[in-house]
Amino acid sequence: MSSISREDVAHLARLSRLAVTDEELDRFAGQLDQVLAAVARVGEAAVADVPPMTHAVPLTNVLRPDEVTPSLSRDVVLAGAPAAEDGRIRVPRILGDAE
Amino acid sequence: MTGTSSDLTRVDVAGLSRLLSSGEVSAVEVTRAHLDRIAADDGRLGAYLHVEDDAALAAAAAVDQARATGAELGPLAGVPVALKDLVVTEGVPTTSGSKILEGWRPPYSATVATRLAEAGTVLLGKTNMDEFAMGSSTENSAYQVTRNPWDTDRIPGGSSGGSSAAVAGHLAPWSIGTDTGGSIRQPAAVTGLVGHKPTYGSVSRYGLIAFSSSLDQAGPMARTVLDAAVMHEVIGGHDPRDSTSIDTPLARLADAAREGAAGDLRGVRVGVVRELGGEGHTDGYEPGVLVRTREAIEVLASLGAEVTEVSCPSFDLALPAYYLIAPSEASSNLARYEGVRFGLRAGDDGSRDLDEVMAITREQGFGPEVKRRIILGTYALSSGYYDAYYGQAQKVRTLITRDFGAAFADVDVLVSPTTPTVAFPIGTRVDDPIAMYAADLCTLPASLAGLPAISVPSGLSDGLPVGLQVMAPALADERCYRVAAALEAAQDAARGHRLLDELGTPAGAA
Repeated sequence: MSSISREDVAHLARLSRLAVTDEELDRFAGQLDQVLAAVARVGEAAVADVPPMTHAVPLTNVLRPDEVTPSLSRDVVLAGAPAAEDGRIRVPRILGDAE
Repeated sequence: MTGTSSDLTRVDVAGLSRLLSSGEVSAVEVTRAHLDRIAADDGRLGAYLHVEDDAALAAAAAVDQARATGAELGPLAGVPVALKDLVVTEGVPTTSGSKILEGWRPPYSATVATRLAEAGTVLLGKTNMDEFAMGSSTENSAYQVTRNPWDTDRIPGGSSGGSSAAVAGHLAPWSIGTDTGGSIRQPAAVTGLVGHKPTYGSVSRYGLIAFSSSLDQAGPMARTVLDAAVMHEVIGGHDPRDSTSIDTPLARLADAAREGAAGDLRGVRVGVVRELGGEGHTDGYEPGVLVRTREAIEVLASLGAEVTEVSCPSFDLALPAYYLIAPSEASSNLARYEGVRFGLRAGDDGSRDLDEVMAITREQGFGPEVKRRIILGTYALSSGYYDAYYGQAQKVRTLITRDFGAAFADVDVLVSPTTPTVAFPIGTRVDDPIAMYAADLCTLPASLAGLPAISVPSGLSDGLPVGLQVMAPALADERCYRVAAALEAAQDAARGHRLLDELGTPAGAA
């Protein structure tokens, strides 16, 4: 199993939408390397023919009747939003200047 | 029973229920006693992130009024309760211990909270926790340190450490915790409480802020096995709003606790798990914990249980498997905190685009352990690593479940220490993730297999509580309560009082 470099952590942080600091990159790279070394033992388990287990209880698709049920009102939802305007959630721009 | 404030905070729920039902005390008196105690003592313990104060008194007054008009009330009407701060409560601040949810007042309530309210219980407040339940000491809370009532220089366990400190410190008669890898059982063990993690799917996850969805379960933390069973009966059972909820009736848990307390375990087969503190597997276990565990097992044998040693070799892989599965699921669950729909938004100055605002919000809103786990989970789920890490861990989960299956062919319950050590001093493990994770060593196998497991006090080591863990097959939660109640009753009788009575009332408390 591979180790995790400072560059790996920077890449993963970008994928995870975390604007980590340089100091965090140094710290996390070392700590995550330790954690990965500690969990690497799962690789030694003889599990070639073993099926994966995703849930403790066998799951089947759960359906309900297609009926309208009460939902949260717009005002209640907007009250919890960080920014609202004209009855809608206000979001930062999603397109670049050139688009 | 004189009904003074200081007395009422030391009465268990069974006792409060009797006093309230008979009219000897009012719900307002009970609630006020707890609020007074919180005001006097929570500065020292730091158990609560939010206290309901006037709202709690108003709810209690409504119970008293209903009783005065002759309304038919349930046995728990007027009993106060504390909820871990990841249980979503309508209109009541809910943070999951994170700055990213600071000030959020949810627009709905979790099923667990609704069922407790419908039973007439009075919400005292929301308890501190490791951020998003990631931790074993509650030191990862973004808000405050919580202290163990037995020794305020030590941790109360985690992640449900506010819930454990509140109940052990007599700031609530019982509380809700949640358990992903041990977060009910370990804090219960290190504070001298009873804590039960139900069978996965037997308590609704609707409205519990998600950490690792295939593992998370809510459950009771209480001063007695009977109280824990009573709370479990209130919160448990099928909920159509949780698609992993099991649609079968709950066993009679309180009856099982009463049966156990009668003290007859003849015919009960108890397996002692060698890999959890047994011969050749004692590294990292404190000798005092192992001694209390042996003594507890001897008590079970003296009550008629047949005790054998059982080997579950795959349990050695539980910790590495858990620390791949839980961060993987967390990295996905925590993607919902994007600074758009609710919670914190940072850096939105009009010049930055959504991606930048999202990254700044998450950087400011999450603490170090949460970031570590998101990054680790993202790594374990990456293309090229998925099979080696997450996929492999899911297969190990099957091995652990098979070990349980083989063991339960021969025994009815399995026992082990709940956690390898007594409460450790605050600050000693917070920058060493590997040392922190070791606290979960004994609790992880039942988590990964989705099985019920309880922690019940087994005595003190160096003046600090030790817990015995009792694990049972899926949907056989009643076995945990029966065996735990038998141990509790026998040890209480032998010492002449409850273990928690050895924790005196602090000087200056009401």
